[in-house]
Amino acid sequence: MAVLLLAEVNDGELALDATAKAVTAAKSLGDVTALCVGATAAAAAEAAAKIDGVAKVLCAEDASLGHRLAEATAALIVSLAGDYEHIVAPATTDAKNILPRVAALLDVMVLTDVSGVVDGSTFERPIYAGNAIQTVKSADATKVISFRTSTFDAAGSQDAAPVENISATDNPGLSEWVEDKVAESDRPELTSAGVVVSGGRGIGSEENFAMIEKLADKLGAAVGASRAAVDSGFAPNDWQVGQTGKVVAPDLYIAVGISGAIQHLAGMKDSKVIVAINKDEEAPIFQVADFGLVADLFDAVPELTEKL
Amino acid sequence: MKVLVPVKRVIDYNVKVRVKADGSGVDLANVKMSMNPFDEIAVEEAIRLKEAGKADEIIAVSIGVKQSQETLRTALAMGTDRAILVIAADDVHTDIEPLAVAKILAKIVEEEQPGLVLCGKQAIDNDMNATGQMVSALLGWSQATFASKLEIDGDHANVTREVDGGLQTIKVKMPAIVTVDLRLNEPRYASLPNIMKAKKKPMDEKTAADYGVDCAPRLEVVKTSEPAERAAGIKVGSVDELVAKLKEVGAV
Ligand SMILES: Cc1cc2nc3c(=O)[nH]c(=O)nc-3n(C[C@H](O)[C@H](O)[C@H](O)COP(=O)(O)OP(=O)(O)OC[C@H]3O[C@@H](n4cnc5c(N)ncnc54)[C@H](O)[C@@H]3O)c2cc1C
Ligand SMILES: Nc1ncnc2c1ncn2[C@@H]1O[C@H](COP(=O)(O)O)[C@@H](O)[C@H]1O
Repeated sequence: MAVLLLAEVNDGELALDATAKAVTAAKSLGDVTALCVGATAAAAAEAAAKIDGVAKVLCAEDASLGHRLAEATAALIVSLAGDYEHIVAPATTDAKNILPRVAALLDVMVLTDVSGVVDGSTFERPIYAGNAIQTVKSADATKVISFRTSTFDAAGSQDAAPVENISATDNPGLSEWVEDKVAESDRPELTSAGVVVSGGRGIGSEENFAMIEKLADKLGAAVGASRAAVDSGFAPNDWQVGQTGKVVAPDLYIAVGISGAIQHLAGMKDSKVIVAINKDEEAPIFQVADFGLVADLFDAVPELTEKL
Repeated sequence: MKVLVPVKRVIDYNVKVRVKADGSGVDLANVKMSMNPFDEIAVEEAIRLKEAGKADEIIAVSIGVKQSQETLRTALAMGTDRAILVIAADDVHTDIEPLAVAKILAKIVEEEQPGLVLCGKQAIDNDMNATGQMVSALLGWSQATFASKLEIDGDHANVTREVDGGLQTIKVKMPAIVTVDLRLNEPRYASLPNIMKAKKKPMDEKTAADYGVDCAPRLEVVKTSEPAERAAGIKVGSVDELVAKLKEVGAV
């Protein structure tokens, strides 16, 4: 039984944390072959070869595979699929873009955001914004799965496994990349950070968000946001935490000026310690908070930043 | 250009979900149901394309139980021109999997020949995030998921996508499948006169069998359970107390 794991590669670089978490989830299913694709992917392949549990790496470098466009990447995976019982990836936006396409081409269902492995065909996944956990048994010959990274620990390192270069399949030429708008930041990445400080509508403006960023920097934390904060233009879209944003489970999550709608809770309620700062003592966020502070955030956040 | 908009009937996003005591699923009897919020955004976008002269007919499709006609009436009241109801289940607890939905949609696309299919990014009940990508695969069309901006320009579309790293813009060949994200637009409410008018708009009724699609699930639901509950926390009286508590548990 073999597993093909689509590694997360961005601009030629391996996203180690996300990939290593998926490797942990995949290891119990069989021998893991990691697939690194991109316009450049050799460095990523070398890095993936050193993740504990990776038996082999396939490296596909081709201009058509740059920017992980779904059509070309899915076609490549389908051409390799015959050798594998499981085709898996960390549940990133890239994987969510590509895997359902792979599944449909193979005439199988896809299992998105899997949070638990029961056996080779039985898996757990959250549904209804995490308000229920469903255990499903797949009847398909090939299981196509994305793993929710927040529930698996990252695999460690090992001596490098062998890397084999493979070529891309014909590019269907349906789409082309135009541009990326990626904010450069020295802060840790949201989904791998040990501490996350998130702001909501209560922050009031983009300028005020600097207060949240200051607290985050004091803690070496990543910055998150609620949907309302993103919709209002206070924070960029890639900071959104929740059912339809990123799912995080840091050691410490500090929610500031966030009411705690179920869609937000879906993205953070598995955090180890949750702190909520909100002026409304009835706010639902307090129901999941280990430590709740009823206060005006404009007083509490600067004070907290100073005293930590 | 025709635009096809698949709309799903789901539990209203404000309703607190209850897992059935016997673990067989989530209780959906006598619960408020609505159009999947992402699909409202897709309908809105289709209407704006029509208003901008880029689309001339909008067809809403829903697949599921007979009651999905209510969801289609909402789409018609918002401004779609006609609707297709595909009955594929008779129990409100039966969820049709994305693969089967995609196969039915692909058949409808072959019949109707739209230039664009606008799906929601994700249904908020099963949280699959799969159908649009699957339709695209079955048709061999281009796909642009998680769209926060859509510009149609002749034989191609420029789509800005919300991705983990920020925003990505791609250029896709038409016909295309686009799945819409939260920030594409703000959907309108249906006005009362439009709700009345919608009652007279055409709604075709079909079955999954009419399209020769087998809706038998590939994933058997073994059980559905409540997520682990968090232990109750405490309120702290001051920032000092908060800092002390965080140090006590080793969180900072
Ligand atoms: C399909 C769908 C998907 C969604 N996906 C997501 C998602 O992924 N993530 C997400 O977060 N949401 C999501 N939502 C939105 C969600 O339902 C809520 O609307 C959103 O989370 C609210 O954000 P908020 O808590 O910042 O704003 P609000 O609910 O407006 O809360 C603001 C809070 O700030 C407090 N406050 C205000 N001023 C101060 C002050 N000076 N000091 C202290 N506290 C103050 C208020 O008491 C209030 O509790 C989704 C909704 C839908 C329909
Ligand atoms: N039963 C259905 N009827 C109509 N459209 C659907 C159905 N299921 C899914 N869709 C469409 O596919 C999108 C994504 O759903 P999903 O893949 O289930 O998360 C939805 O937002 C709808 O646009």
